[in-house]
Amino acid sequence: MLGRGHFFKWYMGIFLVFLYAPAILLPVFAFNDSSVVSFPLKGFTTKWFAVLQTTDSLHVAVRNSLMIAVTTAIFSTLFGVLAARASTRFSFPGRRSIMGFIMLPMVLPEIIIGVSLLVVIIQMGFELSLWSIILGHILICTPFCIAILSSAFMNLDQSLEEASFDLGQTRWNTFWLVILPLVMPGIVASLLIAFTISLDEFIIAFFLAGTEPTLPVYIWGQLRFPQKLPSLMALGTILLVLSISLLLIADYFRRRGVRKTGIENSGGFL
Amino acid sequence: MTQPIIQLKGFDKFFGDFAALSQVDLDIKTGEFFSLLGPSGCGKTTLLRSIAGFETPSAGSLYIDGKTMEGVPANKRPTNMVFQSYAIFPHMSVAENVAYGLKARRLPKAEITTRVAEAIAMVGLEGFGGRASHALSGGQRQRVALARALVLKPRVLLLDEPLSALDKKLREQMQSELRRLQRAVGITFVLVTHDQEEALTMSDRIAVMFDGKIAQVATPQALYGQPCSRRVANFIGMMNFLDAKILSTSGDTVEVDVQSLGKLSLSLSQATGGIEGCNSAGVRPEMLTILTGSQTAEREIEAVVSEVFYYGDMTYYDVRLPFKEEPITITMRNTAGRTVLAVGENARVGWSASSLLLLR
Ligand SMILES: Nc1ncnc2c1ncn2[C@@H]1O[C@H](COP(=O)(O)OP(=O)(O)OP(=O)(O)O)[C@@H](O)[C@H]1O
Ligand SMILES: [Mg+2]
Repeated sequence: MLGRGHFFKWYMGIFLVFLYAPAILLPVFAFNDSSVVSFPLKGFTTKWFAVLQTTDSLHVAVRNSLMIAVTTAIFSTLFGVLAARASTRFSFPGRRSIMGFIMLPMVLPEIIIGVSLLVVIIQMGFELSLWSIILGHILICTPFCIAILSSAFMNLDQSLEEASFDLGQTRWNTFWLVILPLVMPGIVASLLIAFTISLDEFIIAFFLAGTEPTLPVYIWGQLRFPQKLPSLMALGTILLVLSISLLLIADYFRRRGVRKTGIENSGGFL
Repeated sequence: MTQPIIQLKGFDKFFGDFAALSQVDLDIKTGEFFSLLGPSGCGKTTLLRSIAGFETPSAGSLYIDGKTMEGVPANKRPTNMVFQSYAIFPHMSVAENVAYGLKARRLPKAEITTRVAEAIAMVGLEGFGGRASHALSGGQRQRVALARALVLKPRVLLLDEPLSALDKKLREQMQSELRRLQRAVGITFVLVTHDQEEALTMSDRIAVMFDGKIAQVATPQALYGQPCSRRVANFIGMMNFLDAKILSTSGDTVEVDVQSLGKLSLSLSQATGGIEGCNSAGVRPEMLTILTGSQTAEREIEAVVSEVFYYGDMTYYDVRLPFKEEPITITMRNTAGRTVLAVGENARVGWSASSLLLLR
């Protein structure tokens, strides 16, 4: 007889297969020596990666995406620091609802953000450019950054700040000498998360792209050509490895921050 | 008379409608070890933080060294604080923590190095300078916090329950060490504690606080021997209370009718908080004796032992007096040959009128 525990185990097993099997197919076909993406596998090759190296339009898309991701990461982390600092240190009327509104884009469908930003930008008479995508990405990344940074700021013992002030340091220097070093792991984690989210965001980038595609938009465009499929598998493999690495690094920094400030480890992504 | 180093006048602090401090008047003398003692929530920390500059008064004024502290921020005050959590900077080494305040003052490097070494040695942490501070024990963190504040040679060192996080043994050791340190550096220490024993053993003077008000300021002996009210007497050590009724006062003597003990004539000085409104007589447990054999006392009363707590060196008796519901406590030293009475036995209790206090 199958007990409840067994049922749950099976459920989890099937769930994990559905979650990860498609992702595992990416590297499998990326190294498959055949221009048709299907079983049985033909043999090992790295030529699809070589194809990527010579595709100029891809390089442009990668450059666009990196530029957008880096800018987004910097700005949303900056906004995150300001918001997290304000929400953990100062109490002001309506703080909770304001924070709620700031966090809303986390659950808002991206298509709504994409469409509404498109309307606004066009109505205001601006050209669509990489900056319009950056704007959209900052909007969706900032809540994540605030979430990460809030916990970093909250873990900070307030008496550290007072001690610094008491020892004769100014508020400004206290921020640089005490607060910033202690929340630095959180800041690094926030930068990496925002970078990752921005790098593979598609919908907003697609709506606001104008003439300059980002990497996901470029990939989507290439899907029309079956012969391009294996090289896209190779590209997907690179992105997969990159994303996972960044997430791992981000979580490493978050944990290190937790250890440094001596607070019980709670939450986190991994 | 020398001018007090800290002076509070009509000091009020409100959090919303709640008065955390109300009408505090306090003088702290230069170079003394002063304690703020009171139950949890009575406003001790608030008072200390007000002196440090972390709370601004709702009314009244604060002077340090004769200068008003109005508008002077914490980083410009001649005070330093040892926080209850110690607030050691976790990303800095012990030496970096101690050097922090000196660096803020932009002193020359060489001077910083020597003063840091001195301070670290003073608190007994030689050789720990390079230690990462998040790897320190509670006692060591406390020493770092002390060194970090004392290295700046403040006029006043403020300590918020610095010993409460330590275990009993370490706490006792740190108590005597703090006292030694204070004598050595000659800086005024203001210590917050809710531990009456700690306050009694360490302080030159103690302020007892209740509900945001100062109830009494006195030396440890005066506080224990002449408490100004029932509440203070009860908070500092143990005290037995008997209902008392003032019959008449004439000159220096007071006629009172005390529950169980009868009519007595006492000295006016035994009403340590003033005769006004006195309605009870207090007597410390060690001022009573249980008489054995042929022993006699100035006055005696028959009682019945209702509870015995044996501590080895001491025995605590709860005994029931005639005409009194609540038993009273008597502490007896277990000297050679003294037998410990059992519950239910009769006891002759010896007392003297001069050991009674009249309190309100
Ligand atoms: N920032 C604040 N906002 C509102 N109320 C406060 C604030 N700080 C203190 N209080 C209140 O003021 C009162 C006195 O607090 P305080 O911390 O001074 O007490 P304490 O004597 O140090 O007590 P404990 O021994 O528990 O530390 C308490 O009732 C507390 O709840
Ligand atoms: Mg306190």
